[in-house]
Amino acid sequence: MSIFIDNETKVVVQGLTGEQGKFHALRNKAYGTKVVAGTRPGKGGETVEGIPIFNTVEDAIEETGANTAMTFVPPPFAKDAVLEAAYAGCELIVCITEGIPAKDEAEMYDLLKQKTSSRLLGPNCPGLISPGKSNVGIMPHEITMEGKVGVVSRSGTLTYQAVLELTNLNIGQSTCIGIGGDPVPGTSFIDVLDAFQNDIQTEAIVMIGEIGGSAEEEAAEFIKDNVTKPVVSYIAGLTAPPGKKMGHAGAIVSGNKGTASAKIEALTDAGANVVKNPTRIGQAIKDVI
Amino acid sequence: MDLFEYQGKLLYKEFDIKHPNSKLVKNLIEIQESVELSYPIVVKAQVQVGGRGKAGGIKIANNHEELIKYSDEIMGMDIKGHIVEILLLEEASKILEEYYISFTLDRSEKKYLIMLSSKGGMDIEEVAENNPDDLIKLYISPSEGLNTEVVNKAIKDSKLNQDYNDELNDVISKLYNLFVESDCDLVEVNPLAITNKGVSALDSKVSLDMNAVYRHDNFIDIEKEIPIPVSEQFAKEKNLNFIKLDGSVGIIGNGAGLVMSTLDVVSEYGGKAANFLDIGGGAKAETVTAALEVLESENNVKSVLINIFGGITRCDLVAEGIVEATKGKDLKWPIIVRLDGTNSKEGLAILLENSNEKITISSSMDDAAKLAVKGAN
Repeated sequence: MSIFIDNETKVVVQGLTGEQGKFHALRNKAYGTKVVAGTRPGKGGETVEGIPIFNTVEDAIEETGANTAMTFVPPPFAKDAVLEAAYAGCELIVCITEGIPAKDEAEMYDLLKQKTSSRLLGPNCPGLISPGKSNVGIMPHEITMEGKVGVVSRSGTLTYQAVLELTNLNIGQSTCIGIGGDPVPGTSFIDVLDAFQNDIQTEAIVMIGEIGGSAEEEAAEFIKDNVTKPVVSYIAGLTAPPGKKMGHAGAIVSGNKGTASAKIEALTDAGANVVKNPTRIGQAIKDVI
Repeated sequence: MDLFEYQGKLLYKEFDIKHPNSKLVKNLIEIQESVELSYPIVVKAQVQVGGRGKAGGIKIANNHEELIKYSDEIMGMDIKGHIVEILLLEEASKILEEYYISFTLDRSEKKYLIMLSSKGGMDIEEVAENNPDDLIKLYISPSEGLNTEVVNKAIKDSKLNQDYNDELNDVISKLYNLFVESDCDLVEVNPLAITNKGVSALDSKVSLDMNAVYRHDNFIDIEKEIPIPVSEQFAKEKNLNFIKLDGSVGIIGNGAGLVMSTLDVVSEYGGKAANFLDIGGGAKAETVTAALEVLESENNVKSVLINIFGGITRCDLVAEGIVEATKGKDLKWPIIVRLDGTNSKEGLAILLENSNEKITISSSMDDAAKLAVKGAN
């Protein structure tokens, strides 16, 4: 078992004809992911390295049985692309696109919840990988290995760092997920923690957070009441100056809210082992499994 | 992007939100003879920092003589490190009641949040702490929007003056339109006042979501009027996310989380970061070259740590950028490079082919941080 994706995942790539979309879709395919289709309005009937292109997601699903969308389309069109994939019936939509206006994200989230049963991962996220099964997104699969640790993070590159630390100690992963650093992530820490708790393959969880918002505090509450598997955590931004947006739109300490120390305290209180440096994640997991 | 009060009020004008008649002054010569406003006039320093009133940045002039005197006093004033270069002159209103209203996106609820209080004109965080019942919170579904009944109920619940219900409902829906249609991260009016001339938005605190710049031509013009440090200006032109800090280890990395974490790890090993610089996802060689150029103009930098974990970013392109920026140059400081992830083998090969004695390749984030801290001492 893994969460959200497995051997049966069939991916339609929105924006396959673009440079980024093509590079990563082909990497996913080479890894063994079933990348069955791409979409690009007006380019239906063409192919990209043997992958058929369709005008709409609906056409792609009908012809190929795709059940998951991966979105690379630029910010101005991203909301419509995600909604199109959801209305067409994709169970999971992985939105890689960075720089979508917050209003579009809020509206998109609202409509998905009200009108569909699709799960959105992202936007502005690296996607997810279940090593040995499927890679949907931009994570470098070379650093992963199949195993029993679930990894969830708001940051893409920090996810990679954590995964590398695990793999270096010969500790494999069940699924690695980046939920993205934007203000309105489609999938929250809690959604992923819940799924890891219920996943038989996962025996321990790594959760990586950062300054800003209160998602980590909410996750800590959830861990306290619902998670029995060991959790190792790391929070980035201990030395970030207040009032400055640290790259991610959501990563900002406002007044005394959203600080790394408050998050570390909440997670420690919930029973998680919070390490001070991401390079210590591997050892901390080794100590508990 | 946080706006000046006057910029927020220009947006009020666009959305037909009632606010005092005003004049913007950048040079005192403009008001030497007279102003086309009726007295009394409020002279307001335009600075992006709270507490300007207490610092003497707001004064009421009853005649032209006082206007000149106060304007002269306030122009050039240093308010918590912000020099006043712009004044907003406004016709003073007779205030009967002061309210508070704000519009934001609530990240926990994933809905728009309107906060309304009859206790305006004071620090709203104090109201929230001491009299939480006086702050009404209204969550709005982003796809459904606002409706009159909900607003009427909020006006009633927050004990605003019912005699002004229609006018208040009107201004609230217009402020909501401004918040949504102008892609604002924040619209805050404190105070929203009932005056002898009716309901009026006396202050403005507006912040824009720059991710939406592609659909708002005016964002660029607004941005031009907001001063930023020279180094941040250069980085901005190059599309880099740069924040100046006061340490000595220059940091370049990809991804906000990894860069923040790099700052933390440098601090753990006894160093201090000179900056935050995120080259973003999918950076090209030029981006990396530009990032190094940005650090070259920073005098406090004594060593540079490049920490890259490739995903959408390709390490071979990062390496090309480093080579391009450093080839044949006598470097001012040591550069420690750590490359992992997508195409890292290719990237390291490029660096080895073009070796430079000031560039050290490190195989882990921890070691790289230690070396960079050592290099800065």
